Amino acid sequence: MDGLDDIVEEFLVESHENLDQLDTDLVALEQEPDSRERLSSIFRTIHTIKGTSGFLAFGRLEEVTHVGENMLSRLRDGVLDLTPERTSVLLRMVDTVRSLLASIEATGGEGGVDVSAVVAEISAAMEDRSVPAAVPSPAPAAAPAAQDVVEAPVAEPVAEPVAEPVAAEPVAAAAVVEAAEAVVEAVVEAAAETVQEEVHEEHADEAHDEHAGAARPEGQGGQQGRRAVADSTIRVDVDLLDSLMLLVGELVLTRNQIVQYVGRSTDTDLVRASQRLNLIASELQEGVMKTRMQPIDHIWSKLPRVVRDLGLQCGKTVRLEMEGKDTELDKTLLEAVKDPLTHLVRNSVDHGIESPDRRRAAGKRAEGVLTLRAKHESGQVVVEVADDGAGIDPSRIGAKAVERGLVTADQLSRMGPQDVLQLIFLPGFSTAAAVTNVSGRGVGMDVVKTNIESIGGTIEVESEPGRGTVCRLRIPLTLAIVPALTVECAGDRYAIPQISLQELVSLDAEKAANAVEEVGGAPVYRLRGELLPLVRLTDVLGLTSDRHDGHVVIAVLRSEGRRFGLVVDRVINTEEIVVKAVGGQLKAIGLYSGATVLGDGAVALILDVQALARRALRTETAERQEAREAAARTVAAETGRQRMLLAAIGEGRRVAIPLDTVTRLEQVRTDSVERVGNREVVQYRGAILPIVRLDRHLGAYGTSDREVLEVIVYSDHGRSVAIVVGEILDIVDGGAAVRSDIDDLGLLGSAVLGDKVTELLDVRAAILAADPAFYTAPVPTPSSTAALLEV
Amino acid sequence: MTTPTDTPTRATSGQLATFRLDGDLYGVEVEHVQEVLRSQVLTRVPLAPPAVAGLINLRGQVVTAIELRERLGRPPRPAGTDAVVIVVRLHGEAVSLLVDSIADVVDVDAADFEAPPDTLDGQARELIRGAYKLDGTLLLALDVQKAVGA
Repeated sequence: MDGLDDIVEEFLVESHENLDQLDTDLVALEQEPDSRERLSSIFRTIHTIKGTSGFLAFGRLEEVTHVGENMLSRLRDGVLDLTPERTSVLLRMVDTVRSLLASIEATGGEGGVDVSAVVAEISAAMEDRSVPAAVPSPAPAAAPAAQDVVEAPVAEPVAEPVAEPVAAEPVAAAAVVEAAEAVVEAVVEAAAETVQEEVHEEHADEAHDEHAGAARPEGQGGQQGRRAVADSTIRVDVDLLDSLMLLVGELVLTRNQIVQYVGRSTDTDLVRASQRLNLIASELQEGVMKTRMQPIDHIWSKLPRVVRDLGLQCGKTVRLEMEGKDTELDKTLLEAVKDPLTHLVRNSVDHGIESPDRRRAAGKRAEGVLTLRAKHESGQVVVEVADDGAGIDPSRIGAKAVERGLVTADQLSRMGPQDVLQLIFLPGFSTAAAVTNVSGRGVGMDVVKTNIESIGGTIEVESEPGRGTVCRLRIPLTLAIVPALTVECAGDRYAIPQISLQELVSLDAEKAANAVEEVGGAPVYRLRGELLPLVRLTDVLGLTSDRHDGHVVIAVLRSEGRRFGLVVDRVINTEEIVVKAVGGQLKAIGLYSGATVLGDGAVALILDVQALARRALRTETAERQEAREAAARTVAAETGRQRMLLAAIGEGRRVAIPLDTVTRLEQVRTDSVERVGNREVVQYRGAILPIVRLDRHLGAYGTSDREVLEVIVYSDHGRSVAIVVGEILDIVDGGAAVRSDIDDLGLLGSAVLGDKVTELLDVRAAILAADPAFYTAPVPTPSSTAALLEV
Repeated sequence: MTTPTDTPTRATSGQLATFRLDGDLYGVEVEHVQEVLRSQVLTRVPLAPPAVAGLINLRGQVVTAIELRERLGRPPRPAGTDAVVIVVRLHGEAVSLLVDSIADVVDVDAADFEAPPDTLDGQARELIRGAYKLDGTLLLALDVQKAVGA
């Protein structure tokens, strides 16, 4: 029976591929019900499965596909119209076919899968529109032979003159097999042989037809095309690829070792050979990695169906858009991402996108749009699930988190909206008011997060109330070989995956003494104006540093949106490491994500940066930083919608000031500037106006010998200050700016405005520099309100 | 292949690979033993349980090394003496045990088997299946499964 088994296996592989295509086609068909091309493609798929199942004597499979084919042929001929009900029935048929195939795969037989319900449903769906009486719809439990009779008048007039007899023959053969169930084996073998011969003959006929060039149905041509593609590829056992990958990993390690030894050698031939080895090993590694790469479309192709079914179930219309289908990533990772991604998509349809009524009320199109995006970005794959739904309301999330006891109200009050959103990833958090069929399956966002992190990835969520939500996954390209930084701490070496590394800071003893400060007992470093909490690796690991010269080496790491500095003794180098699993005893420690063998053969532990951050960052430090970042983000979010005044302050620096903090633009004569104590003031509309020179405030040195000063007057609650800038440049829309948190004293960050990097002014700080009492003191004189009124 | 956990105290006949530890003779089933190595460079693992002596590079594979003296509640190995590494394979995963020295492979007979001597203290008793009475010495049969479950 070996021959037959092979045939069955091939049938299964082919059918599974076809079914995935079918799902996509059916959903697409709903969008364009008149597409004959799609209908033909669907018809062909079902037809192929039917034909082969008859040939292989899978009676029930044949029965289901047969009625399905009947319906499809009528849809194609325009006798029936495609309605959502009919699509659903067809999709259900696909499901039944799938479970039959699964059963065949598992047990070799059709098992206990019941098909009569689906058959009845399809028949009913065909009849709800007036069906011509001349075409009898098949009875649910009709014998294959009877179906054969039914089929002929229905399908044959259709444009499949060549393919049809192929299918019909096996059906007859199958009927024979079924009749003689007692002697199955012998008969099947015989039938298989004869039918195979027949099929060969039919193929020969097809070939003749092709030569004749007669008006062939386009479907046949399509099949030929597929076969050509199939010839250029081979199926390879994944286990084989896995072991190849392991070997390449070892090769890379050995290569590292050799390159390291040869580095000390002076033998030019040896050096040349090792360079060649280096190159070849890298290319081989790349090549083997490529064999394991699959386009993300492999898991995306199932999602149109998920979205459609769920949309119907929730009474929503959702259009699924996909960008970057061809983005490839490692097969293992692809499998690991599948469930989390599906969950995110379900979440978006269920919770994100609103019902059509509510969407219309909010002034949006009734049809929601769910966008999947995938792209490569700095050695990672970034996958986004974005919807244009209602967005996530941070206040609701916050309230829920407090109610669940996940955070205290006090903690919550100090969190920015962005941080509040991340609370949805905490275990035990679920906002679904009611447990629906969709959500409430026990899989929460925390599980999604755990799954993503277990493959070395990260997840973050962004949401704008009323505009939609974006979930962003960052996934490493491959698990096996990762670039890492090796560092030394207390005489041992550790590896830090580059994915978490942002930059390295090295401070000599003198600088370190000043730059590393203590805040509430916790060490911090001022990194370009921002406080970076420091974690000493020796403290975390309970070791004693062997570095006594006062030098401080900081690896700036990023974990879950927070930055922190890991103080290590020395940085060794960066190298590609092969991640090896560690035993259970070490996993339990929760600080190491694995181990690796370094170039010199020594074993090094790989630090789990996420766990390290969670463990080492005191909550207060983290909270302070979060609050700071949140404040900066809030401002950034505000500026996103704002128009900004651009001003030059000398040294080529440009500063952006939110336009709504600008009351007037004035020019004052330099010689009218007077002094009160150590402050500069100017008389302006009957009041004394304190001045802040922005160039000095921000540490730039502008030219101060101008005759006329450009002044931005800001007034609030009857008080005014004058901000002196070098030159007013422009007013721009801050919306499309690229931002970063690179900042300095007196700035909120920087952004790209009008193609140049522009500093975002911390207006409050600037005003306080001019008038420390600006926000606290009462109105000095009523007359100065004049400035406000005259705008 | 018999797994010691299935029959923790039952006597089994067969071959034991024996080794010495703090003056006593111990044995593990030969089928578990993958190889025996001279002293190896250990990479320490901060914060690991005390019995985890470190990690070993076994031809590119990273293997955890368990200090059996620590596991059995014996004093640390005297300074200047190197441990011998016994690599055992359990459920497809390699783990190594650090012992003082390796001895012969011994055929044991179930008839000579006895429950662990009462003199063994609690911690060690957990890890010893029992003792085989050999000529002039006692061979303590180690429960490998429990010994590596540090």
